[in-house]
Amino acid sequence: MTNPVSVSPANVNLVGLSRSDYRGAASTLCQGCGHNGIASQIVAALYEMNLIPENVVKFSGIGCSSKSPTYFLSRSFGFNGLHGRMPSLALGALAADTSLKGIGVSGDGDSASIGMGQFKHIIRRNVPMVYIVENNGVYGLTKGQFSATAEKGLTLKKQGVNQFLPVDICAEALVANATFVARSFAGDPRQLKELLKAAISHHGIAILDVISPCVTFHNQDNSIHSYTFGKEHEIPLHELSYVPAREDITVEDYEEGAPREVTLHDGSTIVLKKLDKDHDPTNRLQAAMVLEEARRKNELITGLIYINPDEPSFFDGYGLVEEPLNRLDDSRLRPGREALDQLNAMFM
Amino acid sequence: MSDESPSHAIGAGVQAGPVVNDFCITISTVNGSGSATANNLLLRALFRMGIPVSGKNIFPSNIQGLPTWYTIRLSKDGYLARLEKDDIVVAMNPASFSREMDFILPGGVLFYADDIKQEITRTDIIAYPMPVKKLIKDADVAPNMRDYIANMVYVGVVGQMLGISLDELYAALDFHFKGKKKAIDSNFNVIKAAADWAAANLEKKDPYRVERMTGMTDDCIMADGNTSAALGALFGGLQFSGWYPITPATSLAESLNEYLPMLRKDPQTGKYTCIVVQSEDELAAIGMTIGAGWAGLRSMTSTSGPGLSLMSEYLGLAYYAEVPCVVWDVQRVGPSTGLPTRTQQGDLTQVYFNGHGDTQFVMLIPGSVNECFEFGWRALDVAERVQTPVIVMSDLDLGMNQWMTKKFDYPDRPLDRGKILWEEDIDALVKENKDWGRYLDVDGDGIPYRTVAGNKHPRSAYFARGTGHDEYGKYSEEPEVWERVLDRIARKIQNSTAYLPAPVLTSDGKSEIGIIVSGSAEPAVMEARDQLKHKGVATDVLRIRSIPFHDEVKDFLRDHQRVYVVELNRDGQMGQLLTINYPEYATRLFKVAHTDGLALTAKWVRETIEAREEKVS
Repeated sequence: MTNPVSVSPANVNLVGLSRSDYRGAASTLCQGCGHNGIASQIVAALYEMNLIPENVVKFSGIGCSSKSPTYFLSRSFGFNGLHGRMPSLALGALAADTSLKGIGVSGDGDSASIGMGQFKHIIRRNVPMVYIVENNGVYGLTKGQFSATAEKGLTLKKQGVNQFLPVDICAEALVANATFVARSFAGDPRQLKELLKAAISHHGIAILDVISPCVTFHNQDNSIHSYTFGKEHEIPLHELSYVPAREDITVEDYEEGAPREVTLHDGSTIVLKKLDKDHDPTNRLQAAMVLEEARRKNELITGLIYINPDEPSFFDGYGLVEEPLNRLDDSRLRPGREALDQLNAMFM
Repeated sequence: MSDESPSHAIGAGVQAGPVVNDFCITISTVNGSGSATANNLLLRALFRMGIPVSGKNIFPSNIQGLPTWYTIRLSKDGYLARLEKDDIVVAMNPASFSREMDFILPGGVLFYADDIKQEITRTDIIAYPMPVKKLIKDADVAPNMRDYIANMVYVGVVGQMLGISLDELYAALDFHFKGKKKAIDSNFNVIKAAADWAAANLEKKDPYRVERMTGMTDDCIMADGNTSAALGALFGGLQFSGWYPITPATSLAESLNEYLPMLRKDPQTGKYTCIVVQSEDELAAIGMTIGAGWAGLRSMTSTSGPGLSLMSEYLGLAYYAEVPCVVWDVQRVGPSTGLPTRTQQGDLTQVYFNGHGDTQFVMLIPGSVNECFEFGWRALDVAERVQTPVIVMSDLDLGMNQWMTKKFDYPDRPLDRGKILWEEDIDALVKENKDWGRYLDVDGDGIPYRTVAGNKHPRSAYFARGTGHDEYGKYSEEPEVWERVLDRIARKIQNSTAYLPAPVLTSDGKSEIGIIVSGSAEPAVMEARDQLKHKGVATDVLRIRSIPFHDEVKDFLRDHQRVYVVELNRDGQMGQLLTINYPEYATRLFKVAHTDGLALTAKWVRETIEAREEKVS
């Protein structure tokens, strides 16, 4: 993937794959569902990053969101687990080969209700994977119940008025000590793609809360989970670009003041160009304040809210052999006879 | 003289001569007082003298303060089951002092701490006071160690009165403290002082004593089932274990951590080849374990009833998505929180049907500590071979108590990784078979070929799911596809007996009476069988070691007029499973089952069978 740019067919990337090599099966979600847009951006991000699909593993829980891993990367292994319990499944599977990139897709029902425990604990462990919450504030697959991220006062056809304050995915991630917290909007594909690339490069858990409107059960213009609201009120924290390792950053592009740069574990860089706010995503306190301010003003802020690229990831702490565990041959898995003799002597 | 051992069981009356290497000692202490060390010293010293022994800890669900009992059975004939009464009681706990009296056999012995100022209500026993406080005061030990060291007093006194060799007690201390001289000596000094005091001050009036033996403990070790299961798994190439603390399974996972550095550091690099993760709950423990199994790791979790209930949904997914993994169920008393520190074989039917929809789980049932080691590695083989969860049914008695058992045998076959395809295998399979699909039954045995994450072959990947899927892993709601896949899985599970441990038959020729037993109920049954034999009642015993059942089980039912199914639960769960599988023999089955938290005794098994047999004759 570090080939110098040479003459290659226009429709393939540096690893010789075309966009269609990254596609999945046809979506069975509703037309216009935000989740389909997210799947498209995953395809685009991985194609542009020149990752081979066999190096990616997909995971999901249960719900509309969790169906979507079949709509991208057919050539990647995937496992659709149980409701709210994608994180544990991913942790175990990624242990088998830590060189693989894990992409988990969950929803607000899957992560903010039944899966809140596993959501919090995979963050706490900093398991290296991308964790996308496709957040629409509603249960789609069971036809329109409030989710825990629905705002207070929201009215839904059969449910009446929501009485409870919403769970903020990003705030929950931040207090759980996530090392990468971002929010995006399915209607802002450019930003989403750049954030996805950064998340994939991050060495640790990358939480991506993506507002992904449900066009069938909940797309009310005044709600934070709708296309209209997002299009009209999205407030990006910065203009964000992902620069792969070994590509020069062309600072001249950013005329309005020096951009912030965050270098990731794999040498790639996130370049953040200042907009209205001057948000420093490496400052955890500022990240918390940005979220609190957005909550108070009912604003849809998007972008990279917090990042700490230097924390060790979960597997770093286990002192594992270099090669994938699932490729070790028997001679390295079964201790010898002398070890058993020694044990038998110990228990005499 | 034990009321139940065959030599004395049948109307022996009061024994005149000495009773050697055939009696039961119960030590009564306060939970958390550090008596485990003292009790294990006695147990190991006796074992080192060549005497068959078993130790059972009857403890409360409490960290400190409640009564706890430790029972050591010495049996020259090698019987390891629990006895109902004690020959000797060592009373260190004033709170339970009056109750201890009820458990001593006539002519038995009471050792008691002489600071317990309570009336000895029995006149038919021999009582020896022990000046625990005084001896501790005389010993030069730090004040904070006094309670702990106090236990060494009874080791010394009992040891002296029974004739336990001081050298062997020293060796047992050396084992316990892993050679740490200071700890060994400070404890030994108290033991020696107590033994000297007993020799000078107590007159031996009871008939009990120990003597060195040969031939009964050869090739044996002392170990508990949880440690042995962990060691077995590490010799079975375990690569991943996700677990959550729960009594009585905790020490299994903790043993993995303890022995990882010794057994599973890669000799070439010094890096680990296995990862053990303490999860946030059992829902996550099983999720991790299944994720790892799916991705090609030898994967296992360990739990007990409440945890197992939480794992049900994920196990159902693993059954249907055909993911190998192993679950050790160290059973405790249920339902609900039940008696967390007591033993039961109460999860058999739950595990058999574990989950919604039509499922059946492969179960292994170890009957000894040695078998816990064997099934530790074998379960991983079966799981990967059959591509299904394998549940190993241990229990608290087997898992947490110290047992004399045969030395661990080195696995007699290489690791069985099952039908797994790497890059070059896919090409070969496609060439030969013209096709590859995750759930295609290529060989006709119901077991498909699988690939795992990390395989770089462009055709290797598939999407695993708990939703309806066809032979290629594609989502499907087609009626015939659903039924075809489910039926193949059922066939696969039935065929799995080829890879499972066969039942063990004990017979002296053919009797019309059969006894079926499994797991830790075996010692009581084998002892009861000898007692029955002594009274002229011949029986054949079949110990079931796995489910689905081998054909030998059906043959056994066919060949016996009456079959007693002995188990430690209320409903006779093994009997229920046999009834479901062999309805044609259901009327031959008799339930010999009860559960009160304690292990079965030979006496109860024998009497229950005798009572029923009387009705027959």
